Amino acid sequence: MKLAKNKLIEGFAKWLFAFFGVVAIFAVCSITFYMILKGMPAIAKVGMSELLFKTSWSPTSANPSYGILYIIMASLLATATSVLIGVPIALFTAIFLAEIANKKIASIVTSAIELLAAIPSVIYGLLGAMVLVPMIYKLEKLIFAGSLTHQFTGGSNMLAAIIVLAIMILPTVVSVSMTSIKAVSNNLRFASLALGATKIETIFHVVIPAAKSGIATGIVLGIGRALGEAMAINMVAGGCVNLPLPFNSVRFLTTQIVSEMGYAEGLHREVLFTVGLVLFAFIMIVNLVLQRIRKKAIDND
Amino acid sequence: MTSKRKIKDTVLSGLIYLCTGFSVALLMFIIIYVLYKGVRYVNWSFLTTVTSALKGTIGIAGNIVNTLMIVIITMLIVIPIGVGSAIYLNEYAKPGPLVNLIEFATETLSGIPSIIFGLFGMMFFVESLHLGYSILAGSLTLSLMVLPLVTRNTQEALRSVPDSYRQGAIGLAAGKWQMIRTILLPSAMPGIITGVILAIGRIVGESAALLCTAGSGKALPKNFIKLLGKIKQSGGTLTTQLYLSATSEGDFNTAFGIAVVLLVLVFAINLLTKALSAKYDVTRKK
Repeated sequence: MKLAKNKLIEGFAKWLFAFFGVVAIFAVCSITFYMILKGMPAIAKVGMSELLFKTSWSPTSANPSYGILYIIMASLLATATSVLIGVPIALFTAIFLAEIANKKIASIVTSAIELLAAIPSVIYGLLGAMVLVPMIYKLEKLIFAGSLTHQFTGGSNMLAAIIVLAIMILPTVVSVSMTSIKAVSNNLRFASLALGATKIETIFHVVIPAAKSGIATGIVLGIGRALGEAMAINMVAGGCVNLPLPFNSVRFLTTQIVSEMGYAEGLHREVLFTVGLVLFAFIMIVNLVLQRIRKKAIDND
Repeated sequence: MTSKRKIKDTVLSGLIYLCTGFSVALLMFIIIYVLYKGVRYVNWSFLTTVTSALKGTIGIAGNIVNTLMIVIITMLIVIPIGVGSAIYLNEYAKPGPLVNLIEFATETLSGIPSIIFGLFGMMFFVESLHLGYSILAGSLTLSLMVLPLVTRNTQEALRSVPDSYRQGAIGLAAGKWQMIRTILLPSAMPGIITGVILAIGRIVGESAALLCTAGSGKALPKNFIKLLGKIKQSGGTLTTQLYLSATSEGDFNTAFGIAVVLLVLVFAINLLTKALSAKYDVTRKK
């Protein structure tokens, strides 16, 4: 009797765990399904080329237009530039932690990096708005003094968003690169040093190339983070759809959703879902690249 | 050594120190600035009352309660699913397409940004399931978001339990579930708890997904029944309130006050995970 009951429980447990395992698959499928389901109607109504390749965004005017090209450009450009700025800083920090610092200092700096990663994005946004934006406004006034054509942004612009993003991707890139640099075999270092290379030369010509797939993983993770960040840059980037120049107030795919979803209605709202779908498509590409790199790294080992 | 090589060496090591210095200085600046701007607004009444023009109070008690509720409900949902999924992957499933698919899905979930979770939560939980902007809709959305964290950490923890434990239990004629319940889960507990705490940290700092699903209500429930009823009402967390205070409400004092509370919370969570994983490593080495 007891045995039969145990057997029943065992069987039930197995199926329950299998069900829990499938939840993740189910989640990804329903997210994809819903993004497409809600994102497509606006494409059909507005027209693919009208939506994706027009630059004018005025959803609430009498003759509304829904061009999101500037928004897409702003997202891609801000991601690219913030990665260009953030990655070198992160990489040098990772090199310090993995190759140069002694144990005690390394543990202090690593804690600092972990804390940076733990700070909520609204706090980055708050500090950006209170510290960075006024500084950039001063710069703006200096550069565009006397200009009649420039629309002053008060410091809330593309440049501010890029700097905030560059800072926010630091911890991700540092910790992933550091792990991969540490994993490089000491034999390589010793061989290089024995051939007369200095420590720095060894790091840059031997260790970094050997750790490149891990570093690439870190960079792609950083790209994903920058592309998907919403709240912090919403607080520093201004609120108009514009050509993404450094001193223009801009909207990104993410901030467009955050700031307009609250009041959008009808077709405007549907277009915002399409903006979400575009973002989702970019993120999925980043994810696939990431998984490709990881798989390649495992195959090489 | 030629002088050119020497210069290159000096420049590069200079850059290394400079960039590290920048990263550390950045953290110091953030902490000091937030404390300097916000600490004077954090007092007992700030933490225990709700902002009200009528009573003349400024406080975030409602947001603290909302944050706690979302953390608790999300954990109630995600711990069984995440731990169960890891148990399935590690203990039951045989390598094959299903396992690959689950791993792929988990990986993909962890790469999706919170604003997409927010959009999905709004379309699915808030609208299709008619939950409205509510704490429940927010918690369900966040459960999906932190699921990979809990699954991954549990998997790691289960992998570190030696196979001899499993063989010993099975050899004593224990059933598989019995073995998991009495041997595996207790040994893997520190790792599982680490994952759970990381997930809590992620929830405390989350804003975009919650703004789209849980709304921004800040009322403080008067008694326990009302507290339970709140699950189906809108509730803004600390981060949501910080965002609103700093943007539409233009109340930067409250924003910095909340920032102080948030920093203290996330740093405490960070220390806790560190302490746990240090302890965990020691038990593993024994």
